Amino acid sequence: MSRYINYSIMIILGLVFFAPLLWIFITSFSPPGEVINGSNPFWVSNPTFQNYIDAWNAAPFLRYYLNTFIIVFGVLIVQLFTITLAAYAFARLDFKGKNVLFILFLLQLMIQPEILLFPNYQVMSQLGLVDTKLAVMLPYWASAFGVFLLRQTFKQVPYELDEASKMDGSKWYQTLRHVYIPAAKPTYVAFALVSVSTHWSNFMWPLIITDSVTNRPLTVGMALFAQSYETGAQWGMVTAGTMMVIFPLLIAFFIFQKQFVSSFMHSGIK
Amino acid sequence: MKTTNQKSFKQRFSRSFRQNIFAYTLLLPSFIFLTLFTFYPTIKSIQLSFYSGPMTRLQFSGLDQYKDVFTDEIFRKVLWNNIIFMIGTVPASLFLAMYLAIWLNKRMKGSALLRTSFFYPTVIPLIAVANIWLFIYTPQYGLLDRFLDVFGGSGPNWLGDPNTVMIAMIIMIIWKDAGFFMIFYLAGLQNLPRDVYEAATIEGAKPFQMFRNITFPLLMPTTLFVLIVAITNSFKNVDHLYIMTKGGPDNASNLLLYYIYEVAFTNWDLGKAAVLTVILIVILLSVTAFNYLYLDRKIHY
Repeated sequence: MSRYINYSIMIILGLVFFAPLLWIFITSFSPPGEVINGSNPFWVSNPTFQNYIDAWNAAPFLRYYLNTFIIVFGVLIVQLFTITLAAYAFARLDFKGKNVLFILFLLQLMIQPEILLFPNYQVMSQLGLVDTKLAVMLPYWASAFGVFLLRQTFKQVPYELDEASKMDGSKWYQTLRHVYIPAAKPTYVAFALVSVSTHWSNFMWPLIITDSVTNRPLTVGMALFAQSYETGAQWGMVTAGTMMVIFPLLIAFFIFQKQFVSSFMHSGIK
Repeated sequence: MKTTNQKSFKQRFSRSFRQNIFAYTLLLPSFIFLTLFTFYPTIKSIQLSFYSGPMTRLQFSGLDQYKDVFTDEIFRKVLWNNIIFMIGTVPASLFLAMYLAIWLNKRMKGSALLRTSFFYPTVIPLIAVANIWLFIYTPQYGLLDRFLDVFGGSGPNWLGDPNTVMIAMIIMIIWKDAGFFMIFYLAGLQNLPRDVYEAATIEGAKPFQMFRNITFPLLMPTTLFVLIVAITNSFKNVDHLYIMTKGGPDNASNLLLYYIYEVAFTNWDLGKAAVLTVILIVILLSVTAFNYLYLDRKIHY
């Protein structure tokens, strides 16, 4: 009996959780009249693409997409480089001050760049980098989270493999490339998915540090666009703009759903 | 004899020296960025919090700015809001996440579909979530009021009323985060020992007893981890305020980090922004310290 009650609750909750996306999706295809007056919010009798066309023409979305792409992959590529080197050092080398350095790295997990909006703005203005894409990326080029995740994986690589590779006369970077990196492939995928979706979503920092169309990412562009059209008559257009921001993420999510779920799961295991 | 000893010592020394240098070189790229954008700004904020005046003519003012902040009505309100926001979002989303995970773990028909439905809000940017929920909460035309209309009721102006704005935000954040936390619980549940449950079933334990005496305690490490993430999130994620309320009405929905943003970039009060940043850092560090020093020790079984 309690089984059926719980299943019903789960199904109702599932529908409640899904409703916002469905509604926003339908609204983005609704002509202005139907948005406000339609009798059923989950139905549109004359679906139209007009909202998307209007939104696309009202703001430089193509430019924003491009900026977001540059920022997201600019962050990821440098991160992959820095975390690989640091993770290898923490996983396989003995050196003086290892524990102290490890704790210093750990600090970034608590004092994340998001918290340091204000002082980091000052650092950027000292560096003369305000309103550049570089400034959006820079604070994230070191990732303590990535280092820990990868260090854990590198530690599980058998020492014998490492030694065998060195016996063959491989240099450390060759060993890293042929032994460690292939072994850590799932971890890299997990980290990449988390990193890309996090930086695609980032808002407050790019809002503060950018001030022009050439550098603004999609999230900031959409927020500014939405603010100028928030009256009821423009709902269709704003929801179309919102859909444009979340669509690539949702598509990626539905395609890579298994990896996404296991990545986020992976990211929690200390 | 002595010479060989010395030689090997020398060798060992130079080897460990080289090893040290090698390790530091590998850490250097990460360390440069950590220094520039984590350590330096943190120290800079602490320093700046003791100085007042415009950037070019800073004057040492001791604890004056801290006094100003702690007597600031708005700061107190914002801090209180943040605590309410934390209390409202953290336990509820953890509980919901655990509940969802336990039932999804039973692998009934359609559980994959349900899992998708609970998890997808995680991948939507908070700023886009704010856009969606702004429309949901819009009086009369919004999805919520339309739903209430079916039952003949009508809601308040959810985001415009100081009494309802916070609860509206809290519900939205639970919707966004519960699925994220659920994933960690699903992972935790997979690692639970099966034989314990079998033994409990043979002993005739009721489902709720099993939950209380086995599942819940064994999930404690997951709960702790998720708890820290959730608390940190409640101080870190403020994007939605920019779209939905700007902290209003009358600061009823304002949160600490958004207040820092206002103080620093609308009022350009640098000293005060530094003090607020230091306070936020202290809060987050103590959350983590509390976890590692106190809670982590208590749950080793």
